[in-house]
Amino acid sequence: MAEAAVKLVNITKSFGQVRANYNVSLEINKGEILALLGENGSGKTTLMNMLSGIYYPDEGQIFIDGKEVSISSPKIAYELGIGMVHQHFKLVDVLTATENIILGLEGKLNKKEAAAKIKEICDKYGFDINPDQKIYDMSVSQKQTVEIVKVLYRGANILILDEPTAVLTPQESEKLFNVMRNMKADGKALVIITHKMHEVESISDRVAILRKGEYVGSMMTKDTNAGEMTDMMVGRSVSLNIERPKPVDPKPRIRVEGLTVKNIEGIDKLKDVSFTARSGEILGIAGISGSGQKELLEAIAGLQPAESGSIKYINENGEEEELLGKDPRKIEELGVALSFVPEDRLGMGLVGNMDLSDNMMLRSFRKGKSPFTERKSPHSLAEKVVDDLEVVTPSIETPVRRLSGGNVQKILVGREIAHAPTVLLTAYAVRGLDINSSYTIYDLINQQKQKGVAVIFVGEDLDVLLEISDKILVLCGGRVSGIVNAEETDKNTVGLMMTKVMTDNENKEENPKTGDSDE
Amino acid sequence: MNKKEPLFHIVKRDVLPWYKSWGIRAAAIVAALVVCGIITTITTGLNPFKVYGSFIQGAFGSGRKVWITMQNMSILLIISLALTPAFKMRFWNIGGEGQVLVGALATAACMITLGDKIPNALLILIMTVSAILAGSIWGLIPAIFKAKWNTNETLSTLMMNYIATQLVAFFTIVWEVPKGSFTVGIINQSTNAGWLPQLFGSKYLLPIVIALLTTISMFVYLKYSKHGYEISVVGESEKTAKYVGMKTEKIIIRTMLLSGGLCGLAGLLLVGGINHTITTTINSGQGFTAVMVSWLAKFNPITMIFTSFLIIFLERGAGEISTNFGLNQSFADILTGIILFFIIGCEFFISYRIVGRKKGDK
Amino acid sequence: MFDIVAFIPRAIGQSVPLLFGCSGEILTEKSGNLNLGIPGVMYVGGISGVIGAFFYEQHCAGGNMNGFLAIMIPLLCSLLGSLLMGLIYCLLTVSLRANQNVTGLAMTTFGVGIGNFFGGSLIKLSGADVPSIALSRTSAFYSRALPFASKMGWFGKVFLSYGFLCYAAFLIAIVSAIVLFKTRKGLHLRAVGENPSTADAAGINVSRYKYFATCIGCMIAGLGGLYYVMDYASGVWSNDAFGDRGWLAIALVIFSIWNPLIGIFASILFGGLYIVYLYIPTGMDYMEFKELYKMIPYVVTLLVLVLTSMRNKKENQPPASLGLSYFREER
Repeated sequence: MAEAAVKLVNITKSFGQVRANYNVSLEINKGEILALLGENGSGKTTLMNMLSGIYYPDEGQIFIDGKEVSISSPKIAYELGIGMVHQHFKLVDVLTATENIILGLEGKLNKKEAAAKIKEICDKYGFDINPDQKIYDMSVSQKQTVEIVKVLYRGANILILDEPTAVLTPQESEKLFNVMRNMKADGKALVIITHKMHEVESISDRVAILRKGEYVGSMMTKDTNAGEMTDMMVGRSVSLNIERPKPVDPKPRIRVEGLTVKNIEGIDKLKDVSFTARSGEILGIAGISGSGQKELLEAIAGLQPAESGSIKYINENGEEEELLGKDPRKIEELGVALSFVPEDRLGMGLVGNMDLSDNMMLRSFRKGKSPFTERKSPHSLAEKVVDDLEVVTPSIETPVRRLSGGNVQKILVGREIAHAPTVLLTAYAVRGLDINSSYTIYDLINQQKQKGVAVIFVGEDLDVLLEISDKILVLCGGRVSGIVNAEETDKNTVGLMMTKVMTDNENKEENPKTGDSDE
Repeated sequence: MNKKEPLFHIVKRDVLPWYKSWGIRAAAIVAALVVCGIITTITTGLNPFKVYGSFIQGAFGSGRKVWITMQNMSILLIISLALTPAFKMRFWNIGGEGQVLVGALATAACMITLGDKIPNALLILIMTVSAILAGSIWGLIPAIFKAKWNTNETLSTLMMNYIATQLVAFFTIVWEVPKGSFTVGIINQSTNAGWLPQLFGSKYLLPIVIALLTTISMFVYLKYSKHGYEISVVGESEKTAKYVGMKTEKIIIRTMLLSGGLCGLAGLLLVGGINHTITTTINSGQGFTAVMVSWLAKFNPITMIFTSFLIIFLERGAGEISTNFGLNQSFADILTGIILFFIIGCEFFISYRIVGRKKGDK
Repeated sequence: MFDIVAFIPRAIGQSVPLLFGCSGEILTEKSGNLNLGIPGVMYVGGISGVIGAFFYEQHCAGGNMNGFLAIMIPLLCSLLGSLLMGLIYCLLTVSLRANQNVTGLAMTTFGVGIGNFFGGSLIKLSGADVPSIALSRTSAFYSRALPFASKMGWFGKVFLSYGFLCYAAFLIAIVSAIVLFKTRKGLHLRAVGENPSTADAAGINVSRYKYFATCIGCMIAGLGGLYYVMDYASGVWSNDAFGDRGWLAIALVIFSIWNPLIGIFASILFGGLYIVYLYIPTGMDYMEFKELYKMIPYVVTLLVLVLTSMRNKKENQPPASLGLSYFREER
């Protein structure tokens, strides 16, 4: 076999006391797509960041085309032909596509020439972007395209894609995979980091697996299967099945009618959305990221003003309360026990610099007439959550930002379900979590469902949505493109619905009888 | 062949134990004092040990000097405490100067227009209320801009300072005694109307007592009250605050009312208790100094006692040196600047550490 | 009667220090550094020039002064002084990642202190035998108008009657705009200020850009101090005379939405506002109202600040990472 494009030897990298990579040795070959697998926190991104010059290894050697190199900055990485498309795009919002693509290059500034070269690359691999468009005007997949073109523009031969499909529809992902295959045929070495097993199986030639920062092994994709790979990632056999207990006595709990939300620029984020969420049921929300999921949950939680429509809360006795136009505090005062696990945990649900106990207090600090806070009960709640959910933390007094993603999420979910909600809203509840933590969260959500809570579950992994939800509402561009029974549909149908609104379904989404009679 | 390998790189530290972090800060202060001593020696030709002697002389040389040091410290401390809730909320209130000035202006206005016309106790009450009110209004204006339109508060509070200065300049001429002097002179010198009372026969004690009470109240307010908790949450994450139903606009406005009001109180003490007159420079830039006092103390009211002491000690000490050697009073600012640079710089060594690269090939 | 031909040169004279400060601070802020130390830097720039000129004048007390040296010595001293201030700021905020607001305020305390200290003590320290710092001979070189200015009537007065630093201020503003918006270096600088981690990933040396932009920005701002004392104040240093122009320059940056070309017009407008009180007739009995008119520039800035924040247009916003320090390995 020819010389490996990249050879990593005994790479070690630590952040403070956290060891992100330990003694990792790995090869990446030309004309090959390597899938880098591992649970969250297993050090995949850190390892690749050392290739792209963002981090510098504490120990170990890197060889490119057989020569030892020292990649002390991203610039050197580019010179060596290494390009990385980061999970969080590295783009400057107020600049155009062209300006972003040529950012960091030397020589005289000639935007016309650059635009011509960009067009050439786009034609070669089948991309479609407008070089003069500002980044803040672009959709997520357009931004990703800019990122990939940026890397190719610099003549990269080694491409690293960090979870590129997390933000794409199945159809967009397929398009990306075609581009990747073109690049592979061009002799480039590609690395893709992903969590989705079916993608690994369809795109990669070889898989390499990391566990807790250490290299476990690699094998040819065609010689293995999802089960074996998962076992290697986790280190023991786990079942991939998520439970779906039968709903108990479902009753309408939240009724949304004709909800329309505009953003600051006056663009519709939600258009005429109607549905009902029932107690004891999980309503999954599917859609490409940015299709209005965030606005929908925030509108219900009292954080997002709406143009028109209504959101009714129906209590045990069938009495209705309008939630729209009320802030979270008013909703609470109405006696509506609403819990919300937002997408951006440390940015919205928790305060990163505060300790566990103070974070528990966020929901309860107003209690009592005293001008002073009462700290005993939040402290004991924190202890209880740590015990019940097996949160790994040095102490209750540790700021939550020091905890790992899974533990942060446990704290947040633990607090949110502590006050016996009747409605539970979750956005990307397992994003960034490893498999074990994910299952803990699924279990917690299922427990709430069995207690009769109406759960609205916004998810990105269709496999999970199909397994955990009772019904799935599909959003497309802020409109409801359909509500389906999870048991009776499949991934392709939902994937298609995510990309276009079914005309015959329009305005008929809210029809409880169709759903129920089909069971 | 390892080429262009960085010699060292920077790593974020885990939390240092408190004694180590304060050790680093103490070392920085000592280093800064050494540099200050050297610079003083160069400019004055004085033996370095005598320099430090003069410093201590300036701050504690006599009973009266100790009192003045404590009095100055109290005013600076009150202003620093005033700014602190705003800073905890990540609202960069650089407008302490203006808030103090309008408080001072309101006090002077009451003393001049109402002096001798109403009983003294009532006058002092009105002075207090109007000083606090004036400071609050000066804090309220940028707070409303921030809450409604997210206007950059660093710059809006800064502009408010100069508007306040010009207002004071305007009234200084309106009230000038004698005409054409451009100064107000000692207000109510014969009647002492509106002069704040002396405590236990000492004219220095009142601001000190008020500063101590403010320190304790502010500590409790920030750490144990619901308001204090809300301020911390808004400061850390405005989104989280909204998420739990806090009205951030209301909290910003309420906190700035408090911040400005306390500054107004400092203005009251300056005019009613200490100077009995008003000038545009009555606050001598303490609104800015207080920003640094508060920050150096990591926004902890108790620690602020020490940081405000440090700054005043420097000012008094450097003042002594400049008087003794016929140098300009601004010498103190240079020394203060140097000390601040050292303390600001040393924070880096508390949060980060520098690691030499271990050889990988061995 | 309001004499516009007399008014404009005075307004422009007032605007030059503001324009230097504004251009310097725009470059600095475009790199993501909010330097509140600019007022201090401008004092240092002024006093460094004064010190240079003072010693040179002392040196050739009896004889003639060489015009080239009379200009270059204060100029280089001024640039050096401001550069040192810039280096202090960068060392603390870029290398040591300190809080920019606090560092800036400390620099202002320090810089104003340096200015007033040396301004007040220079004569005593150097043991010279002069009553006050009046560098009229140096100033003559600095404020020399273009040769044919006096022959061209109102045109000469309005456009040609200034010292070379005034033209330099306008030139620097124009060059800054070209560099920022038309060159690759400018593109990189803007990227650093908007999103340093992106710039870093693109291979741009973030620290180097921040250092260069801030230090050059400080040197430009320092020239404002030099212009003020050598040209505007005819070489007479008096403590605190420079006043709050540094802060006004920072306000101007916002007024000109981070564009040096708008900065040119804005600074002239502010220069005019700064002295407009002199032209509003109040009579001797109402001197106090002059003090109120002096308030106008600040009130206007405050209004502009509020108005731009109300409009909320993406291109008119401050650089996104303004005020934040960057650490590559932040997790």
